[in-house]
Amino acid sequence: MKSLLTLKKYFIRYKSKLLWGVLFILLSNLGTVYVPLFLKDSINALQKNVGYAALVRYGILIVATSFLSGFFRFLIRETIIVVSREIEYDLRQDFWSHIQRLSLRYFQNNSTGNIMAHATNDLNAVRTFVGPAVMYSTDTFVRLVMVIVIMVSLSIPLTIYSLLPLPVLSYLVYKLGKKIHIKYTYIQEKFSELTTKAQESFSGIRVIKSYVREDNEINEFQKLSHDYLLKNMDMVKIESMFQPALYLVTGISIILVIWLGGIQVINGTMDLGEISAFVIYLGLLIWPMIAIGWVVNLIQQASASMKRLNKMLSEKYEIQDSSITDHSIDNVKGTIEFKNVSFRYSPELPYVFKNINLKIPAGMTAAIIGQTGAGKTTLVDLVPRLYDVTEGEVLIDGRNIKEIPLKTLRKHIGLVPQETFLFSDTLANNIAYGLKETNMKTVASSAEIAQLTKDIESFPLGYETMLGERGITLSGGQKQRTCLARALAIDPAILILDDSFSAVDTRTEEGILKNLRTFMKERTSIIISHRISTVKDADLIFVLSEGRIAEQGTHEELVRKQGIYSGLHYKQLLEKELEELS
Amino acid sequence: MAQDYKADDEVLGKAYDSKLMKRLLGYVKPYKKYMAFAIVLNIIVAAFGPLRAVLTKVAIDDNIKGKDYHGLLMVTLAMIGTLVFQAVMQYYLTYYTQLMGQRIIYDLRVKLFAHIEKLALKYFDKTPIGRIVTRVTNDIESLNEMFSSGIVNVFSDIFIVIWILGFMFFMDWKLSLVTLSVFPFLIYGTFLFRKKVRDSYRDVRFHLARLNSYMQEHVTGMGVVQIFNKENEELKRFSSINADYRKVNIDSIFYYAVFYPAVEFLSSIALALIIWYGGGEIIHNTMTIGVLFAFIQLIDQFFRPIRDLSDKYNIMQTAMASSERVFKLLDNNTFVKNPEVPVELKKVEGKIEFRNVWFAYNGDDYVLKDISFNITPGQTVAIVGATGAGKTSLINILTRFYDINKGKICLDGIDIKDMDKRELRKFISIVLQDVFLFSGTIKSNISLNSPEITDEKIIEAAKSVGAHKFISQLPKEYDEEVKEKGATLSVGQKQLLSFARALAYNPQILILDEATSSVDTETEILIQRAIEKLLVDRTAIVIAHRLSTIQNADQIIVMHKGEVREIGKHQELLAKRGIYYKLYQLQYKDQEVTRTA
Repeated sequence: MKSLLTLKKYFIRYKSKLLWGVLFILLSNLGTVYVPLFLKDSINALQKNVGYAALVRYGILIVATSFLSGFFRFLIRETIIVVSREIEYDLRQDFWSHIQRLSLRYFQNNSTGNIMAHATNDLNAVRTFVGPAVMYSTDTFVRLVMVIVIMVSLSIPLTIYSLLPLPVLSYLVYKLGKKIHIKYTYIQEKFSELTTKAQESFSGIRVIKSYVREDNEINEFQKLSHDYLLKNMDMVKIESMFQPALYLVTGISIILVIWLGGIQVINGTMDLGEISAFVIYLGLLIWPMIAIGWVVNLIQQASASMKRLNKMLSEKYEIQDSSITDHSIDNVKGTIEFKNVSFRYSPELPYVFKNINLKIPAGMTAAIIGQTGAGKTTLVDLVPRLYDVTEGEVLIDGRNIKEIPLKTLRKHIGLVPQETFLFSDTLANNIAYGLKETNMKTVASSAEIAQLTKDIESFPLGYETMLGERGITLSGGQKQRTCLARALAIDPAILILDDSFSAVDTRTEEGILKNLRTFMKERTSIIISHRISTVKDADLIFVLSEGRIAEQGTHEELVRKQGIYSGLHYKQLLEKELEELS
Repeated sequence: MAQDYKADDEVLGKAYDSKLMKRLLGYVKPYKKYMAFAIVLNIIVAAFGPLRAVLTKVAIDDNIKGKDYHGLLMVTLAMIGTLVFQAVMQYYLTYYTQLMGQRIIYDLRVKLFAHIEKLALKYFDKTPIGRIVTRVTNDIESLNEMFSSGIVNVFSDIFIVIWILGFMFFMDWKLSLVTLSVFPFLIYGTFLFRKKVRDSYRDVRFHLARLNSYMQEHVTGMGVVQIFNKENEELKRFSSINADYRKVNIDSIFYYAVFYPAVEFLSSIALALIIWYGGGEIIHNTMTIGVLFAFIQLIDQFFRPIRDLSDKYNIMQTAMASSERVFKLLDNNTFVKNPEVPVELKKVEGKIEFRNVWFAYNGDDYVLKDISFNITPGQTVAIVGATGAGKTSLINILTRFYDINKGKICLDGIDIKDMDKRELRKFISIVLQDVFLFSGTIKSNISLNSPEITDEKIIEAAKSVGAHKFISQLPKEYDEEVKEKGATLSVGQKQLLSFARALAYNPQILILDEATSSVDTETEILIQRAIEKLLVDRTAIVIAHRLSTIQNADQIIVMHKGEVREIGKHQELLAKRGIYYKLYQLQYKDQEVTRTA
């Protein structure tokens, strides 16, 4: 329950609308409770042989009152439920602006699915609390008080007898609701087992087919489906009681009114009109009584969800400007230096690399080569501070990068990540992603360097071609070249290419590298690759192996050394020869 | 919970499609007794609510007006009787209806799963696993809702309406007509509401999908957002999507805000009409006050089922869309065909012949071209080649995961197309490069739950591949749980398990795709020994990545760009100084260095 206190500030933000909503609840219920009184009067009047005109008047009163009540009911939804959507919006907004500032480490440790579950299910549970739960609980309370006051004024004993069964209803709804919720979690568990089984069976279909285990899989799935059926029936057993219990309790109330009221009418201490009013009042109370039990469950679920959201919202921003940030730095030239840098992803994990020392003077092209898993990507991720070093320091232009404002730092670094990621947007917008606004001249020149122009010309919509789900799917090489163009477009002082040509054929790659040579002349660049052909022209090559820099030098120096690099070089020559064999 | 927001899962079509419905009802057939029972019970139960209203009339007109205490008590008891009876019946009705729905979807789900299991690999290559999973889970689930609450409740609502109308007309047909004059407005209003709600529901779904896919995309690409300093701009874009979503939701509130009060308003008009017209009749003594009472109650009961019809509509609509997708999958016939009268095989020797085999996954894009070679029983054959040379395709067609386009593959001289493919696969075990472990235990991962593979056989197999040692160090040994595809096991251990699996099945022919991933020296020695064990006494085809394997092979087949280029033994081929020589330098020579070092 405590967790829901977070919502206070949102409620306060919309307090005037909410207060109006409460007022409308009062007014609407006032109308609702008057209708049975008119009915009562008209029935009593009928007993006394009144004229036709009186009947018409009662009819009009009933219609007019319920029109007003309905109008206010309309306004209730238009205030309170609307506020719930507004709060939902605010919450989601806060959620998103928070999540955007979390470091990459958070996204590594939390799956997209998990984050999405917070953004959808948990937010929705909270929204249901803010809207329906608040509306129904206020409505219930107001109506309950008004109806009981009137009932008491009509007949105290009849009120007591007829209301006696109703709390049972609230209790039942609460209890059954709770049980249903528990059973429902069991069902969800079974359902996810079933899903996992299907997922596993379909991904392992090769093994299943080669060992001819299809029938066994079907049997197991059948068993799980049957368990799922049983769990569902467990819930059905309880759920099926819901409606009958409802009928039973409300029905008994009404029958009590007819019986006890009937006796009083016979005795002459009551009129038939009162009975009819009581019957209608009971009808008015049924829904609120159900709502009480329901709302309690909603609140419980919302508080569990809010707790999860609060945990997320209190997640610290790991990488941000701090007290040592020197805000006067607004430019980056490009000398990169690693001083005794060690890194591991978390204290429980082993070091990815230890005591790395390297220096890349401004304007130079450096290359990093090494086996998969050697830590190349991690190394370059430290430069734009996607991660912070565990030990040691990274310097740019002689300043610790933690002193450079994060925005300035990243503004001057063009990183082409290993995993190509493009947005479902037009090609032009993707290339211009880092620009303040899409500048076609820059886009075109970046695309030209990345050897993308020919591809773009082959698309009917050219630069306006949509990518992704609702658009076309680019080939791996096209994606890599688009990512490259995107990085070039921001005119970076430092360009980092993380294995950015792996899906590009060698001839195209050569072309790009040639173009890049001019582009990189005045800039510092780091190129990660597996291919010798990509790195051989670099000013400085680092060979990363087993968490340290094993070799460094120019291509010629390293080939002469007869070490790791020259081994790689020889193999790649062989590969090329094989490739050229027809 | 990776969701896919693909368009074909979003489309909502008709709420009723007679063809689909007919096919769906086919699944009800085994339960037609339940169905009949449910309908009959529904007819009875539906009468009790209106019946009590009529009993109220009796209580008022006969007992209260006649000052008959005893009679009033009797009617009261009768009412309680009907109430209890109705509650009990209602309980069983709901229970059995749900049971029927559950059984039906259980049948359908298992049938669908069995169908998918038997589809050819080609289908799995083309369809994302997530989508197939959705078919057997969520799509079937929405059918459940239709069977258990949709269809039967529609019946129940219809019968309630019929009973109410019956009682009303029986008591006073003129008052009935007057009261029911609001009915057309109610129907019109409900249908208008339904249409509006459906449209706005579609808008809401659309914007929700947009919001979710934005979030999904940007959570995945958060690195890019941050590198390019786009947090502020992205927040602006997010705001506008979020605001659109808020707007459509607020728009949809309007319809609900109008509809529910409107229904209440209509029911109050009905009430006013009862008082005006019924009251007039009472004044003229053509009607009793009890009838007026009964009408007030009946009209209240009358409104609910009609108001609920719109919910049922949504359920039906979703169910129709789901069933269409389910049936489409059931109609998918991507099977590798079995011969009608397969050649029976009691035992195989293990002689394998490829005769001018051509194979393409798609159209004319041949990945294997004119492949011919012979393997004599008991031989170990190594297949070598660069990435993309066609090695994996070669084993895919031998087990008939795919059928070849041209040529012939024979086992013991019999074309494998003439055999039952399941029989064929029983003679062949495959050890794939990526070891796939199922959730279950170590034991079940070796036996794959085959009853023929006893615990002794499992342990024996584990022992001979050298897996027994690490297994017996696990807390529960062979009953140790395997979680998340064996995340707790090392690469080497997983390899050994898959060897044990292959050995336990004791196949005449073994296909082994050696893993390339590097393991420590100790494990490497274990694996090499295990492989030697595996290859003994059977025909073996190995996609070789180990030096020892090619050195020991009886025959090496060198693949290059989909063709067989060289065949021979290790030393012969080396001496040729052809493709094999280059491949050797590239892939195997280093192992020699590290081993001698």
